[in-house]
Amino acid sequence: MLEILELLQNNSRLTAKQIATMTGREEKEVRQIIERLEADKTIIKYFTLINWEKAGVEKVSALIEVKISPQRDVGFDAVAERIYRFPEVKTVHLMSGAYDLAVFVEGVTMKEVALFVATKLATIENVLSTATHFVLKTYKQDGFIFEDRETDKRLVITP
Amino acid sequence: MSTGKWTDYINPAVRNIPPSGIRRFFDLAAEMEGVISLGVGEPDFVTPWHIRESCIYSLHRGRTSYTSNHGLLELREEIAGYLAGQGVRYDPRKEILVTVGVSEALDLALRTVVSPGDEVIIPTPCYVSYIPCTSLAGGVPVTVATSMEDRFRLTADKLEAVITPRSKALLLCFPNNPTGAVMDRESLLQIAEVVQKHDLLVISDEIYDRLTYTGQHTCFASLPGMRERTILLNGFSKAYAMTGWRLGYAAAHEDFIAAMTKIHQYTMLCAPITAQVAALEALQNGKSAMEKMVAHYNRRRRLVLQGFKEIGLPCFEPGGAFYAFPYIGHTGLTASEFAENLLLEEKVAVIPGDVFGPGGEHCIRCSYASSVEDLTEAINRMGRFIKRKGLSKSRVVYI
Repeated sequence: MLEILELLQNNSRLTAKQIATMTGREEKEVRQIIERLEADKTIIKYFTLINWEKAGVEKVSALIEVKISPQRDVGFDAVAERIYRFPEVKTVHLMSGAYDLAVFVEGVTMKEVALFVATKLATIENVLSTATHFVLKTYKQDGFIFEDRETDKRLVITP
Repeated sequence: MSTGKWTDYINPAVRNIPPSGIRRFFDLAAEMEGVISLGVGEPDFVTPWHIRESCIYSLHRGRTSYTSNHGLLELREEIAGYLAGQGVRYDPRKEILVTVGVSEALDLALRTVVSPGDEVIIPTPCYVSYIPCTSLAGGVPVTVATSMEDRFRLTADKLEAVITPRSKALLLCFPNNPTGAVMDRESLLQIAEVVQKHDLLVISDEIYDRLTYTGQHTCFASLPGMRERTILLNGFSKAYAMTGWRLGYAAAHEDFIAAMTKIHQYTMLCAPITAQVAALEALQNGKSAMEKMVAHYNRRRRLVLQGFKEIGLPCFEPGGAFYAFPYIGHTGLTASEFAENLLLEEKVAVIPGDVFGPGGEHCIRCSYASSVEDLTEAINRMGRFIKRKGLSKSRVVYI
């Protein structure tokens, strides 16, 4: 099962037949495993990693360090939920260390992102402070290097 | 370009070596655009970053000197540790020599044990250097063709049949390039028996040992009585994707290593220090990256086998290395014709099996050290090619 997940994480377009062949299983079995993993939300979603800059789309993203005071009974979760429900928020992690939540926000302009932080994020009850860091360039994301210069340099034929 | 003007000045031993069968094919393929190559005998992975990074650091620290002729002691100790895990113990101070690739180790071994006229038994199909290097060392290569019926393993009968009073050594390579064949412990024990009976030496090239997918690799030197008469060769190129670093080693009884070191110290002095640093890092911290690559090869191995089956190319299941060696005899084409037509018509490069010696005439070597996308496309194109030649699956006998 783990092998199937790893293969799909790397390339979600692999067919059940290909995965079956590669892992030495029956196609039907692979299909069933994948269906089960989808049903129990182990596989949450299939998506495509896109280099938007290359597509000519200007996007601004920022990492916002958020300090919050945890609430009784629900801890950080309730505050986190109020934050991650915003569609502008792409990723939220609870962190150890100097701040509590690492929030990745995406917008069209810097002003838009800054305004979102100032008017939506910072004003949430229990949010003590925010610090915004704008992303200047993405080199690698989710294990993939965006502009990998390490192309296949092997000779066409070697013994 | 050779003009022939100086030909007479060239040592006949060199002059008489036929040009490599791969060379002509390379020239043809290299000029074409859009070729998918299954003709590459090296990993498609780049050396893992931690290995490269350790070398950059070593250069920053100014590690640019010669090393001991034998190689860095620390590296030899790691190699000894690895081989101990394979069931055979060597003294890292006297019984291990670090070389410039297995190629150098093989040349040293042959030059060390072969006297003029000695016969070296070489199971074929085999790596392209074995026969010429034996000739250059003054030996007489005696080939034994393995067959698809025997899953390209060397059998005791076939070995026994070619032994003469001049037989000096047996040159083994399992897992095998080009066939991908592996030999299990039982089959190797039968070979060891013949070796013992006829007092042969064995040069065992085990460069593909970690790329074994069916069962466990058996190190030939670990068999009873074989440590003393085996020169074990191995290296880092295949398992750690380090072909260009050129680093290998030989492990054997100290008499052999001392003799090999004599040649090595005057011809090579030592293997490059940066490559030795890389190898050390590979052995100390490279296991998980290496195992990931091996898992990838294994998946692709299954993919190409299934693909060949679907397009009607009979192929025995290779248990090691990263090659499949399908049979193309039923197409009515020779291996060279098949490979050349496939390249010209479908832009897929494979290597005709005959360049690897007797036994490979009706097969082609396909390396599956390529991306899944490339392998899938290559098999599609090969399927199209076979269909066009009018060969239905029903005419194919699977083995």
